[in-house]
Amino acid sequence: MTPRTVVFTPFKGIRVLEYAGFVAGPYCGKLLGDLGADVIKIEPPGTGDLARDFGPFPENNPHPEKSGLFLHLSLNKRSITLDPSAPMGKELFLKLAAKADVLIEDSTPGQMEVLGLTFSQLHEINPALVYVSVTPYGQFGPQSKWKAHHINTFHASGEGYTLPGGATHSRFPDRPPVAAGIHLGEYDAGIMAASGTVAALYAREVWGVGQHVDVSKQEATFGLNRLMLAQAQAEGQVVDRTRSYVYGGIFPCRDGYVMLYPREDRQWRALIEIMGQPEMADDERFLNRTARIKNAGEVNSMISRWTETLGKDEIYSQVAPSGCPVGLYADSRDIYRSPQLQARRFFQTVDHPRAGEHVYPVRPYRFSGMPEDVPKPAPLLGQHNEEIFCGELGLPRSDFFSLQKAGVV
Amino acid sequence: MTTNPSEPLPALWGVRVLDLTNLLAGPFPSLLLALLGAEVIKIESEAQLDAARRPPYAYDDPDGSPVFNTINLNKLSVQLNLKQPEAIRLVHSLVAISDAVVENMRPGVMDRLGLGYQELRQINPTLVFASITGAGGTGPESSYPGYAPAFNALSGLGHLTGYPDGPPAELHDSIDCRVGATAAFSIMSGLFHRLRTGQGQFIDISSRESIAMFTGEALMDFAMNGAIAHRQGNQHPVMAPHGCYPCKGQDAWVTIAVSTEAEWQAFCQAVTHPEWSTDPRFKDLSLRHQNGEALDSLIQMWTQTKTPDDASKLLQSASVAASPSMTGEDLASDPHLMARGAWREVEHPVLGRQKVQGPPWVLSETPATIRSGSPLLGQHNEYVLQGLLGASALELTAWIDGGIVN
Repeated sequence: MTPRTVVFTPFKGIRVLEYAGFVAGPYCGKLLGDLGADVIKIEPPGTGDLARDFGPFPENNPHPEKSGLFLHLSLNKRSITLDPSAPMGKELFLKLAAKADVLIEDSTPGQMEVLGLTFSQLHEINPALVYVSVTPYGQFGPQSKWKAHHINTFHASGEGYTLPGGATHSRFPDRPPVAAGIHLGEYDAGIMAASGTVAALYAREVWGVGQHVDVSKQEATFGLNRLMLAQAQAEGQVVDRTRSYVYGGIFPCRDGYVMLYPREDRQWRALIEIMGQPEMADDERFLNRTARIKNAGEVNSMISRWTETLGKDEIYSQVAPSGCPVGLYADSRDIYRSPQLQARRFFQTVDHPRAGEHVYPVRPYRFSGMPEDVPKPAPLLGQHNEEIFCGELGLPRSDFFSLQKAGVV
Repeated sequence: MTTNPSEPLPALWGVRVLDLTNLLAGPFPSLLLALLGAEVIKIESEAQLDAARRPPYAYDDPDGSPVFNTINLNKLSVQLNLKQPEAIRLVHSLVAISDAVVENMRPGVMDRLGLGYQELRQINPTLVFASITGAGGTGPESSYPGYAPAFNALSGLGHLTGYPDGPPAELHDSIDCRVGATAAFSIMSGLFHRLRTGQGQFIDISSRESIAMFTGEALMDFAMNGAIAHRQGNQHPVMAPHGCYPCKGQDAWVTIAVSTEAEWQAFCQAVTHPEWSTDPRFKDLSLRHQNGEALDSLIQMWTQTKTPDDASKLLQSASVAASPSMTGEDLASDPHLMARGAWREVEHPVLGRQKVQGPPWVLSETPATIRSGSPLLGQHNEYVLQGLLGASALELTAWIDGGIVN
C-alpha cells in the first residue's frame, strides 16, 4: 500500500521574518520561502532593502522595484516596511516576533541590543523562536563589530588569497588576489544560515525550544575551504593565487575558454582519441599520470593546439561523453541556452507587476514530491503592509494610516 | 553510542544517515549532518577506497590522511565491498534502520548496485535519499561525470571571477563544498518534512545548478537585458575605493571598501591624507570611479608602509571596512577565529592531535560538536554489523573471510 503523498512544501506554516538585506540573509530566506515558508521581509520605510539599489536593471534604468538582484532573491516573499527604532515600530516588530517561527537578522552585533530586540528579549516573548544572525564576523570575538563588505569577508576567509589561480597569475604576476564572482561569499553565508535554520527548526520540533543561530560570513566561506586548508597545513605550505594544475586546467579556445583535466589514464586515452592523436597512447612521455606530470609542458601545448582551433561548445560536446573531465567556461547566455538546464526546468518565467515578465533561475535541486508551481514574484516595497498589520496583527486602520504618515511603516 | 546527559543534545541527535559518498561533494553534507549530531555511517571498502584516503592525500596508510580527517569528523566507518551481493543485502538491512542515504557516485551506479531509490524505498518508504551529481539525475547530460573544476566552469562562476582582461578563474575544491552545502540544506529540509509528515523523499541535486544559483544577478542581467556580465577583478560597480592593495611584507595584501561619503572622509583622515578629500579628482563617488587608477596608486603608496593587520586595524578604528587577505597561516593563528571556536582540536589514532575547523554555525541550545576525528577504515564494523544489525561474531568473521567486509 502506498501512503498518501504529501506535496513537498516542508516549511508550509513556518513564518519567517526577514529583517535582513542585500544577499546573505535574504538568500537564506529565499531558500525557505521557495520550499513553502511564509517569508515576510521587513524593509526600512522609504528606501527598502539595499539590494533594490543594486543592478542589474532593465535597460540599465535604476528602479527600486526592478533590481535583478532583488527580484532573484525575493521570489515567494511578502514585504512590509517598518522602522523598529520608533516606539510604535518596535511594538509591531514584537507582535510579529511573537507569532513568528524564524527571525533572520543581519544587524551589526550590538544593534539589536540598542533596539531592544536581542535573542534573549525575543526568546522571553516567544521561547520557540529560531533567531538567526548572519553577520560578517559573527556575534562574538574581537572582530565581531568590524565593518565589512563582500571583498573583505571573502578575503578574510582565506579563499581570496588563492584566486584567480595559476593560469592568470602567470600572465599577470604583479596583480593582487581577487574575490570570487559578484557576491559568492554572501551566498555562502546564506546557504550555511539556511542549513543552520533548518537544524534549529528540527530541534524545535523535537524539543520545543527555539535558539540563537550565529552565522559568520568569514567562517562560512572558510569552512568550505577545508580540503585546501587541511592539505596546506599538513604539508606546511601556503596556498596562494599561483595555485594551478600541473597539467590540464584552463585552455583558450576559439570563442572563450574550456577546462580540461585528463587525470586518469583512461581519460587521457579518451582525450587523445578525440583530439585525433590515438598514436600518443603508446608515447612514453604521456603513458601514465607520473609521466604526464613530468612532461606537463608538452601535454598542455598539445591540448591547447587542439582547443585553439575549436569552439567551446564543440569541445564540450565531443569530450564530455567520454568521461574525461571537461567544462566550458559558461557565460550567462551559455547558461540560459544549456539544453541540460532547460531540460531540468532550472528556469521559470515569472511575471512581476513592475519589472514585467522575465526568466528566473529557480532551484538547484528537485524533490520527488515538489510541486511545479510558478514562484510568486518579488513583493513591491511595503506591498503587504495593510494585509499584515491590519489583517493579521489586527491593527486598526486609523492607527495604520497615522503610522504611515509618521514614516514608521 | 552514549552521551553525557549533562551536555545539551545536538539538533540532529537520533538521526541515522548512510553515507555512500566519496571525496568531497558528498562527504561534506554528511559532515555537516554529523556535526549536528546525526549518526553518519560511512560505507566504504578497501576495494573502493575513498579518494581522500588515497594519493595525493595519503600515500602509505589510508588512515593517515589529514584531508580525509577534516571531511569525515564524527562519522563511523563500516567496511562493505559493494561488489559482493551479500554486502548489498547488508546495506539493505541498514537502510531499513536509517533515516537518510547520501550518495555522490557516478550517475547510474547506485541503480546498478541495487541501491537505487526505487529499490531502497521498498525497504524503507520514509527514507530521505539524496543523490548528488554533476549535472543532475535527469536531462541529456545527466550521465556525464562531474568534477568541481568542470562545474565551476559550467555554472558560470569561473567566468565571473578574475581580472577583466585575463582568463577566467580556477576555483577548486571549495566548489564541491558549496554543492555540498546546498545538498545539506536540501537533506535537512527532507528530514524536517519527514519528521512532520512521515514521508520520505528523493532529492536530486545538480552541482552545476547549485553553483549557478550563486550567480543569480548575472543571470537576471541576461534575462532582462540580454547582457553578458563579465569578471571585474576587484572593481565594484558602486564603491570606490574598493580593492585589494599591496602591503609591507611578502605577498601581503589588504582589502579596503569605502561605501559612503562619510566613510570616504574618515578614510582620508585615517590614512593621514586629508588633502585627498578635497582633491577635485576624488570629490564625489563618480569621480572616484572615473579616476580609480590614480586613486588606487595613491592608496597603494600608503598600504605599502603597513602590514595587512595594521592597515586593517587602523581603518577599522575609523569605521572603514578593511581586512587582510588572509593566508592559511594567518587563519591558523587568527585570534578572532580562535575566540569563535572556528578551530578545534581532535585526537586521531593515527595522525595524533589534529587542528581542524569547527562547525560553521554557533547554535545556542543544541551546539554542533566535534566528538571524534575521522574513523579508521572499518573502525565500526562491530558496532554496525553486530550492534545494529545483530550479526554474530561468527558471521562477521565469515564475512571478513569471504571479502564481504573488507
